[in-house]
Amino acid sequence: MAEAETLNAPEVGGAVQRTFGEPVLTLENIGLGFGGVKAIDGVSFEVRRGEIMAIIGPNGAGKSSMLNCINGFYKPQVGTITFKGRTMPAMDPHFAASNGIARTFQNIALFRGMSTLDNLMTGRVLKMKRGFFWQALHWGPAQKEELENRAYVEHVIDFLEIQAIRRTPVGRLPYGLQKRVELGRALAMEPEILLLDEPMAGMNVEEKQDMSRFILEVNEEFGTTIVLIEHDMGVVMDISDHVVVLDYGRKIADGTPDEVRANQQVIDAYLGVSHD
Amino acid sequence: MFYREAGIFKTSYASDQALFRIPLDRLFVIGVVAAAYLVVPFVGDQYWLGSILLPSLILSIAALGLNILTGYCGQVSLGTGAFMAAGAFMAYKFASNITWLPIPVVIVLGGLCAAAIGVAFGLPSLRIKGFYLAVTTLAAQFFLLWLFQKIPWFVNYSIAGVPTAPPREIFGILVTGAEASPAARYLFVLTFAVVLALVAANLVRGRIGRTWMAIRDMDIAAELIGIKPLNTKLSAFAVSSFYCGVAGALWSFCYINTVEASAFDIFRSFMVLFMVIVGGLGSILGSFLGAFFIFLLPIGLNNAVTTFGLPIATETITYIEFMVFGALIVFFLIVEPHGLARLWQIVKEKLRLWPFPY
Amino acid sequence: MSELWFFFEVLLSGMFAGTMYSLVALGFVLIFKASGVFNFAQGTMVLFAALCFVGFLEMGLPMVVAALIAIAIMVAWAFTVERLVLRHLVNQEPIILFMATIGVSFFLEGFGEFIWGGDVHPLNVGIPDDAWFVGPDGAMMIQQFDLSAAVIAGLLVTVLALFFHYTRIGRALRAVADDHQAALSVGIPLNQIWVIVWSVAGFVALVAGIIWGSRLGVQFSLSIVALKALPVLILGGFTSVPGAIVGGLIIGAGEKLAEIYIGPFFGGAIEEWFAYVLAMFFLLFRPQGLFGERIIERV
Repeated sequence: MAEAETLNAPEVGGAVQRTFGEPVLTLENIGLGFGGVKAIDGVSFEVRRGEIMAIIGPNGAGKSSMLNCINGFYKPQVGTITFKGRTMPAMDPHFAASNGIARTFQNIALFRGMSTLDNLMTGRVLKMKRGFFWQALHWGPAQKEELENRAYVEHVIDFLEIQAIRRTPVGRLPYGLQKRVELGRALAMEPEILLLDEPMAGMNVEEKQDMSRFILEVNEEFGTTIVLIEHDMGVVMDISDHVVVLDYGRKIADGTPDEVRANQQVIDAYLGVSHD
Repeated sequence: MFYREAGIFKTSYASDQALFRIPLDRLFVIGVVAAAYLVVPFVGDQYWLGSILLPSLILSIAALGLNILTGYCGQVSLGTGAFMAAGAFMAYKFASNITWLPIPVVIVLGGLCAAAIGVAFGLPSLRIKGFYLAVTTLAAQFFLLWLFQKIPWFVNYSIAGVPTAPPREIFGILVTGAEASPAARYLFVLTFAVVLALVAANLVRGRIGRTWMAIRDMDIAAELIGIKPLNTKLSAFAVSSFYCGVAGALWSFCYINTVEASAFDIFRSFMVLFMVIVGGLGSILGSFLGAFFIFLLPIGLNNAVTTFGLPIATETITYIEFMVFGALIVFFLIVEPHGLARLWQIVKEKLRLWPFPY
Repeated sequence: MSELWFFFEVLLSGMFAGTMYSLVALGFVLIFKASGVFNFAQGTMVLFAALCFVGFLEMGLPMVVAALIAIAIMVAWAFTVERLVLRHLVNQEPIILFMATIGVSFFLEGFGEFIWGGDVHPLNVGIPDDAWFVGPDGAMMIQQFDLSAAVIAGLLVTVLALFFHYTRIGRALRAVADDHQAALSVGIPLNQIWVIVWSVAGFVALVAGIIWGSRLGVQFSLSIVALKALPVLILGGFTSVPGAIVGGLIIGAGEKLAEIYIGPFFGGAIEEWFAYVLAMFFLLFRPQGLFGERIIERV
């Protein structure tokens, strides 16, 4: 795989250092609990424009909860989130979606009864404005709008190479393709920040390579900032520019892949500390 | 062989987004509608037009309404009867108090009132889902029917409490009330059914329909891609209740010719739900198939009994009807949740190859 | 003063009537907890069980025998439902299962009346039916029948609670309620469990049907009255046995009081909808019910 090699190149050579713009999203001292259980405890970090950031950590470290806070599904009890110049105690899901935060889910959350095309078109819902009247006629401005958005969706379909399954109900697709359609739905939203919750979980090596390639291309071609959760350390270290490590709801490391790899706390968290 | 997709090349997204993507489908539907307008009124006798087609078409509209809510948006309603009643009673208020209003406007206004009421009862759907919602729609069913029975304002303080539907004309031809000819009433109702079916088909293939289905399939994910759950559910409630309201108004004005709450009891709600399940959840065509099937089934049963001269009492037939309905529902939910509409699709898929086996 | 006594009389009689709702709701809760199925047919099961019981009585069988046969029929019914319906709908959306039970309900209603006829069957199982008068000058009337019914209901709930806590089957049921897959993986046979809960729910339905039938006669309308168990569940929470009891009492008392004190202003018969509308407002403000657990949603 040529992609895999170019993807490794900067790592191996260590010479290419990508630089990034201002922070687009800042999380400050986030705390979230369910009843007595603390899922996240005082975590802060920032996401810079154009970077690929990974959140890693053992199971139950609070990674998914973190993503849920970023797009407003969970409301943290403590801390602030700054996005688009607004500092908020919690994100509102609609504000997040309409300002360019899109995501995929750990357990695929596609609309199973709808075709691939329709799933992607739901990603365009916020871009479509025509009201009830025109919708009922499906004519004139409503049709024009529909076609413009269809054209964009077709662009995404081409990009992800899923032309053949356009009309297939997604419930019937194999797992790997479903993951890809889900990425497509997020891309159809033209996101500024893309949140990926374990995009490669349960995939075989080839599917992982494909997915890595898509993520890198999205980042490169569209300039989309990407925040991802992933367990496959090889992939994480290869593709991300910036890694945040969580353990038991706390941040234990934050830096480039190399820095994180060398961090003693991280090694302890993953391998366990010997008490002798 | 003759019915197929192959060889039909679409050169624009517009033609790919069309209502019928295969020309033969379009021709077929146009043919059926044309026949319904041009042939049926002349061939059908009083019984067929007035007692079979007319009520079946009206119930199809109600089934369309419920299918939008349940089949497309995933919210169960057991209050269809109440929303139909709301349409009937409000249309009656408009017709009797503003006598110059054209009758189609009256029917539509009745539907709009039903829509407003539907939205009110749909409000709890923000915080609850699925069968929890069934309880609030039951509240609508029992409360609204009680309201229409107990508050004399709704029937203009008529002494008997059951006013007759006012006779109204279009182009000088009576279309409502007992005096109107079955053919005229049939054409009037048919027009509503065709227009509303077209509107429903347009809604479900556009943005609004996709938001409904997104909420149905995975409400959390839908919310996170920016679909507002409350607005979406309420819009489904509104459209659904509008359809039910129009159906209720037509039922009172064109079929039973009286405005009475007892025509819209909970049994009616169940029947419409059965139409949707048997016809096919999430299918426009299915709403029609289901409505005709469920409406005609008891008539067929009765006829079968009389034809064969079976010694079965009338009540017993009712009990058998219940059993058949129940068994059918379970059967369809297990074997073919997409109902009669799906069976039709399978026939079409077979047609694709016909007359060659492969 | 006598007005206050009258108030208590209405309140009590409402609560007694409420225990009946609780009994039906209990059947719902049992099935919902063990299988996640919202069994719309529970009301019809009340009617059907009572029809069978009264039918065998009318054939001249002794009461105990009639009751035993009725129980046997409810067990057979549970078996049939599991075999023909539930088994084929495993892993379906709750809403599909719910609609399937509506079909089951229609079938059972037609079946019951097909066999036993649709007339009103009077039923007398010897529950005392006099009135006691208490308070100064007998200002407050208590129906002995209501009291006995409440006692029977209370006993039944206690027995069920003991059954769930102290028997092996009870523990298995609670495990299944918690997590189907986990229960399966430790070797609890899911299908058998379903037959058992539906049988227990059938038994509860029989008790409810006998008590209700003694009061109203065994007839078609029982299945409609039994629908009132739905608002009871909304108040009590779908998974809580105490919730079903308390919810029943609140709904029973609430609708009687509303009928007596508010009803006359609206032309009466507000009993028909009061419970549902109360439940609806409840849903707006506390959707998980009084005793239900708040569900944390995950993605």
